[in-house]
Amino acid sequence: MAKITMREAISQALMEEMDRDPSVFIMGEEVGVWGGTYAVTKGFYDKYGAMRVKDTPIAENAIIGGAIGAAMVGQRPVAELMTINFGFSAMDYIVNQAPKLHYMFGGQFTLPLVIRAVGGGGRQLGATHSQTPDAIFAHFPGLKVVSPGTPEDAKGLLKSAIRSNDPILFIEHATMYQVRGEVPEGEYTIPIGKSKVQREGKDVTIVTYCKGLELSMKAAEELSKEGIEVEVVDLRTLRPLDMEPVIESFKKTNRAVVVEEGWKSYGVGSEIVSRIYEEAFDYVDAPIIRVAQKEVPLPYNRTLEQAALPQVHDITAAVKEVLK
Amino acid sequence: MKKEQQIDLYYQMVLIRRLEERGAELYQQGKIGGFMHLYIGQEAVSTGLIAAREPRDRVITAYRDHGVALNCGISANEVMAELLGKATGMSKGKGGSMHMADTSKNMWGGHAIVGGHLPIASGFAIGDQYAGNDNITICMFGDGATNIGYFHEALNIAKTWGLRVLWVCENNQYGMGTAVDRASAVTDIRQKAEGYGMKNGQVDGMDVLKVYDAAKDALDYVRKNSQPYLLEIDTYRFRGHSMGDPERYRKAEEVKKWQENDPIGIFNKQLLEKKVATAKVLDEIEARVEEEIAKAVEFAEASPEPAAEELYSDIYAD
Ligand SMILES: Cc1ncc(C[n+]2csc(CCOP(=O)(O)OP(=O)(O)O)c2C)c(N)n1
Ligand SMILES: [Mg+2]
Repeated sequence: MAKITMREAISQALMEEMDRDPSVFIMGEEVGVWGGTYAVTKGFYDKYGAMRVKDTPIAENAIIGGAIGAAMVGQRPVAELMTINFGFSAMDYIVNQAPKLHYMFGGQFTLPLVIRAVGGGGRQLGATHSQTPDAIFAHFPGLKVVSPGTPEDAKGLLKSAIRSNDPILFIEHATMYQVRGEVPEGEYTIPIGKSKVQREGKDVTIVTYCKGLELSMKAAEELSKEGIEVEVVDLRTLRPLDMEPVIESFKKTNRAVVVEEGWKSYGVGSEIVSRIYEEAFDYVDAPIIRVAQKEVPLPYNRTLEQAALPQVHDITAAVKEVLK
Repeated sequence: MKKEQQIDLYYQMVLIRRLEERGAELYQQGKIGGFMHLYIGQEAVSTGLIAAREPRDRVITAYRDHGVALNCGISANEVMAELLGKATGMSKGKGGSMHMADTSKNMWGGHAIVGGHLPIASGFAIGDQYAGNDNITICMFGDGATNIGYFHEALNIAKTWGLRVLWVCENNQYGMGTAVDRASAVTDIRQKAEGYGMKNGQVDGMDVLKVYDAAKDALDYVRKNSQPYLLEIDTYRFRGHSMGDPERYRKAEEVKKWQENDPIGIFNKQLLEKKVATAKVLDEIEARVEEEIAKAVEFAEASPEPAAEELYSDIYAD
């Protein structure tokens, strides 16, 4: 096992897949000469050249629409949205075209397409540049939505995504590129659509993903010092959603907290809580609590922004609340 | 142009330059966060342009907006306070560097989605046309913004409906790290107006008086004819795209060459040569700006943080 950063993990996945399969190429804003706004594709342009590492104009519809077209005719493009917020400029392609084209034409078209997008708040970028709108995208059947929380998962899931024949939105978090973690040596993939228990515990189940995982693991450590053992289930993929490890864990703990960075209303937590009530109502010992972003557009001011984002102490408080 | 006005333009350019230099220091100290895009090198563009407007003309721009805010008459105090995220900023500390606006000064904002404000500018003109006035909307954007669909939709509707918009492309040669010829099918941005049958022009953006004259003519045309106009202003940003740009995409010699064309240096020389101002007058401006910036920093640092309740204010108007 080697310990690498999230940035290195994603970079390695891209490079390994590009080396393995010549139909894989990258297109996006500043992915080439600049080396990626978050330095994920640093060195790629020199290694693979302009044909495989395409610096695009600032034109999100041309990027996503173009990647869809290239995928339909047999290539495996990895399109990059500099941030997921710019995905709204190409919303028609992401939610109204990519998820439909296979189904609507009776399976004739396939879209082996990955859209990598950087999401998340906490960097004082203001309301239009700081969103965690994952739930919106996960609403659409036909699109797969992956959002890893560890370097190991990021690498293995991205490799699977690139090999998949479906359109996949792969959401990374802007504040997590320096997160370090163990990854297996050599070749491996991780299947899309499988949740994973990242920490075992008997008292409360925390269901989360991506940034929420980082926060929840910290909360779990703090709680452990107080004798509370939480089990942390990482969704990793939001669609298709794998509830099995969640339900299994919940049947053991009978109490749950759902943690996400996005807004609470109509969010990932809303879905998870409903599913638990639908699938394991008899096991519920306490109302399930959602920890999420305050219902405001994110402000620039650092103190206000942090007040709006879910924090470790919000999670520990919620866990104690469900244990009451 | 009258002597006093020329000297005032010089003052505005120096004010922008020094405020941003100070801003960069404060950013390094961690007192300013998020994205901050400096206007250094481009001061002549908005200074000349906005000097040519009538007070009733609206201005809207992208995130590179500190200079535009100052030219529109927003105080250095407020700009600095917004940069520091303080309650006394014009956006109450909730917008930051990229989101400066003051409708009382007809400054309708810095906007951070590339090209996103162009259809909104058309919308201002639709509103003004509907109201039956002859206000002009001056919409500023970068070269990179002319490659996104928003630009084309906005220009098309403006020409089709005879909207009073002065489209101003600040061609600073790059959109982030991508040179114009790597992202745009034509490198003379003004050519893009031709496809919409829109009158257009081009001017050297390092010479504030040339910018002023070109803007005056363009505004006259727009007002009289009730037609949009695209003005390309060629310029260069001396600093990185935003703070922390490694600038791997351009050579130091290229930057140096443009810096020899420093718009403030050029104007300084013009003012002296044409005897519009003495060296003493220009030195006094430096001193005055220095003091103004020092006071602005003091004001911003002493200003309160937004109150915790502010998190929930202004989400809705009703
Ligand atoms: C829709 C959208 N895509 C991408 C970005 C990221 N981005 C911010 S500024 C910028 C470059 C813009 O270049 P240009 O229009 O030339 O303006 P300049 O920064 O040179 O003033 C990019 C790609 C964005 N803010 N919005
Ligand atoms: Mg530019």
